[in-house]
Order: sequence, then C-alpha cells, then structure tokens
Amino acid sequence: MSNEVAILGVGMHPWGKWGKNFVEYGVKAAQDALADAGLDWQDVQFVAGGDTIRNGYPGYVAGATFAQALGWQGAQVASSYGACASGSQAIATARAQILAGLCDVALVVGADTTPKGFFAPTGGGDRSKDPDWLRFRLVGATNPVYFGLWARRRMELFGATEEDFAKVKVKNSRHGAKNPNARYPKAFTMEEVLASPMVSDPLRLLQICATSDGGAALILTSMEFARKHTANPVTIPAVSNVTPKYPNTLIEMPNFSTDSGAGISVPDVPFRPSIAKNAYEQAGLGPEDMDLAEVYDLSSALELDWYEIIGLCKEGEAERLVRDGDTAVGGRIPVNTSGGLGAFGEAIPAQAIAQVCELTWQLRGEAGGRQVEGAKLGITANYGLFGHGSSVIVKR
Amino acid sequence: MSKTPTPAVEGWFTLDRKAPHLLGTRCTSCSNVFFPKETTFCRNPACTGSEFEEVELSRTGRLWSFTNNCYAPPEPYQAADPFEPYAIAAVELEQERMVIMGQVVGGVGVEDLEAGMEMELVLDTLYEDDENEYLVWKWQPSQAAA
Ligand SMILES: [Zn+2]
Repeated sequence: MSNEVAILGVGMHPWGKWGKNFVEYGVKAAQDALADAGLDWQDVQFVAGGDTIRNGYPGYVAGATFAQALGWQGAQVASSYGACASGSQAIATARAQILAGLCDVALVVGADTTPKGFFAPTGGGDRSKDPDWLRFRLVGATNPVYFGLWARRRMELFGATEEDFAKVKVKNSRHGAKNPNARYPKAFTMEEVLASPMVSDPLRLLQICATSDGGAALILTSMEFARKHTANPVTIPAVSNVTPKYPNTLIEMPNFSTDSGAGISVPDVPFRPSIAKNAYEQAGLGPEDMDLAEVYDLSSALELDWYEIIGLCKEGEAERLVRDGDTAVGGRIPVNTSGGLGAFGEAIPAQAIAQVCELTWQLRGEAGGRQVEGAKLGITANYGLFGHGSSVIVKR
Repeated sequence: MSKTPTPAVEGWFTLDRKAPHLLGTRCTSCSNVFFPKETTFCRNPACTGSEFEEVELSRTGRLWSFTNNCYAPPEPYQAADPFEPYAIAAVELEQERMVIMGQVVGGVGVEDLEAGMEMELVLDTLYEDDENEYLVWKWQPSQAAA
C-alpha cells in the first residue's frame, strides 16, 4: 500500500526517576533503535524530534539536540511540540518525508526528565491570559481534577464503580510487571489499589499516572528500503493528528469550559472518537480488525473511555470488558499490554512513540511474558493538551 | 479593617454578591457565545465575525460531574495553610449548552453532590493578602431548588 512506511527499528530507555539529562535517555533509545534496525547513525537522513517543554529552552528544541549528541552528520531535522501528541507528530513528519520520497531513513526520538508531583505550568509570573496558568490559579484544576470529573461522569452515567477502575489498574500492573522498560514492575492487588489515598474523588493515587523520565525512538524507512533488510517488516499505514471540530462539547484540559452547543449543530463524532476514526479511515480498517491497542490511561478510569472511543465496544459497555477480562493479555482484545501509563508514568514527548514501540514488539512476537499470540494489527490512541489528536495504526 | 473585595481575574464575572453572573461574549455575526471571553476572532469555523458583545451567562445549570482536591494544588494556586480539601464542579448551563468548571463552596463535599442537580453561581474568597480579598466564582447547590 502506498501510504505505508516501515518500522525497521525500535528502542527505549527504561522509564523511571533517574535524575539524568533527558538527552541521555533519547540517545540511548535512538542507539537501541538503530541497533535493532541493523543500521548505522550515519545512515539516518532525517531526524524528527518530539519536544519537551521542560529542561530549559523547550527541550533544546529537541531534534537537533539529539542529532548533536549522536554526532553531527548533516541530517535534515524537524522538531514537534504537541504536548502528549508530540511523539506522533514527529512520527507523522518523518512519515510524510518518506512518503514524499525526500528520504529513505528517518529517526524519530522523544525523551523527557520530569519534576516530582503534579504537573504545573512551567515558568513563573502572572500569566492572566494563559488558560493553563489560570486553571491552576482560579480553580486549582490539576490534571487529576479533570480525570476525576471524567471518572465520576462514568459512575453517574453508566454505573461504573471504584472496583471497575481498580480492575484496570490491576490488569495494567500485571502487564507492566512483565515489561523491563516499565517504571513500576509491580503487580498490584485490588486491595492495594483501593487502599491507596484518595487524590481527586473517585480516583486514588494508584489510579493516576505519575510523571516519569524516559525515552523512546523509532527508525522509520521507505518500504523499498525496508524490504532490502527484512522480508516482513512491521509498518505504519495510518497516523492521525486531527484537531477537534467546533463546537467541542466535552470539557478538556486546560479549559474552564466547553464550547457552547447552543444554536449550532454539534459534530456527529466528538473529538476523541474522531482521532481513532480518522486513523481507521486512512488505513481502510476498523476496530473489529484490531488485535490489541495502546491507549492513554492518564487514569485507570480514562482507559474505559478509550475502549469506547476507539470502538472496542459501545458507549457504556467498557466496564463489562474489563470485568470479563477481555482487555487483559489472553483476552479478546488486550489493551495496554505494555502496562500503559499506569506502569510507566508520563514522559510526554516519548509516550506516543513508546506506544508504537510496544505494538512493534507485539507484532514481531518479541513481547515476552506479555505477548499477544498472533497479533497482526494494533492501534495507539492519545491526545495532547489544547486539542492535539494522536493515533497510529501498526500492521504486520 | 475590612479588606477590599477584588476580582481574582478581571472581567470574568459581575461583582454582584447576591446574584453574580459569569461574563462571556457573543459573536454579533453568528450569535455563538464564548466563555472565557473571545474578543478577536469568532471560533465558529463557518463564521468570519470579529465583533463581540458582552453577555451575562445563566446563573444556574445542572451538575455534569464533580470531583475534589484532597491535596493542595501547586502554585500558582494560593493554597491556605492548613489546606482544606474542596470539591470542584462542572456545571452545564442549559441555555448556553456549555459546561463550566469551578470550585464548590466550602462545606459542600462530593458526598453532597449528584449529577443532574441544579447548581447556582456565587462569589466567594479565593485567597486574601494584607489589603485584599480576592474573589472568584464558585458553584453551590441551588438554594431555590433545595
Ligand atoms: Zn461568529
């Protein structure tokens, strides 16, 4: 298919709180991806960096910083910042370069070093025009506040329970315990999850993703180039980076309010489902074709929203999927086999890339104790602050 | 000495302590309403309007969802010491079909809340310094409905 590029190599720096410079994580991930592809750094013609807002002058405007650390060799460069969608924007940029015939081999890399505790606006001063500053100032609306609002909405609308949310965490922690790159290699019990302190009701500490250091990288190539190296490469047939359609009637970080849905027709497909829908359409595939998924479990409850958003079930049915074990490895449609953000924590510019690393390992049959047997197709879903969609379909 | 009541953010709400309103804008071309105020370009993709009039939003709405802060939020939030957990509500204004988030008044916890209940807008203290009492909008269960 003409819209495919190959994933020839993947690499990660394990997630954790290592306290090192982010560049080190990105370089390690890139070197692992190059080794995995069997290529040399000098073979890379294009570097796509996922930027981080942290670590000074936005992550040293990331792409070139990684290129310098690997040794300047004159490659073309681009850098992307789209909050949690930074990584998939970098993937989209590299893919477009390859599909346009401008290069054959691209490195996609993102890495972050994060502070302890809640994410808060970077930089000081009175920023009374910046909604991300104002939401902290006026409401104290931390990220977990939004997660709590969405989780409570599920309880009120669909009868979700605290136990349902805890089951997601237990499932993902079992997956993460079998992933050497996960920050938390511990399989939690229901009792442990439900005994952890409440942060933003109904969500407890163990149901909210932490912030982590980490890095992830891909070597993307043209199909023609890939076939000289491997008979059956893993490919990317779709990358979706859609924005919302007006009016967006779901309250999203960092906003105080939704758009007004009065006197105007509301889009048939809301923003979040439109992210996956666009990816499916690009690939000519549907949710029924997927063997597994990596989704953006900022909270354990939010993972349930994603089951519906990416079309694994109808609205209001997600609780049944987790109760029946459908989304655990061994179930009908495993979700977050990596352990998800629950086992990793957020390393913002790396996480959309890390989702693709996991699907690649799964599709190659290299996922060890968390392997989904015979997986051929997977989807990632994610999105960044201020309206950045992110979804990638991975195929073998 | 009493402190001067000062809005914590300028122009977002009326200072009527009895019946405050949030202040938004309405596009004079397509009538879409925005909060916080949109004043430069209409966000409706089918509209090229760039003129807006200030509007008072409905004071009441239905509780869409709610949560709380069990721990003090980081700066720039000005947390009291010792910190008292507080609830946060997202309320859907019926007329505007817009969900707006805000703190819930003290003394009303998540256990007192239920999706769909009617909520009303009030003004309350966000924080104080030596001279000023900074005011912000908050939600409380509707007194009329109770
Ligand atoms: Zn307009």
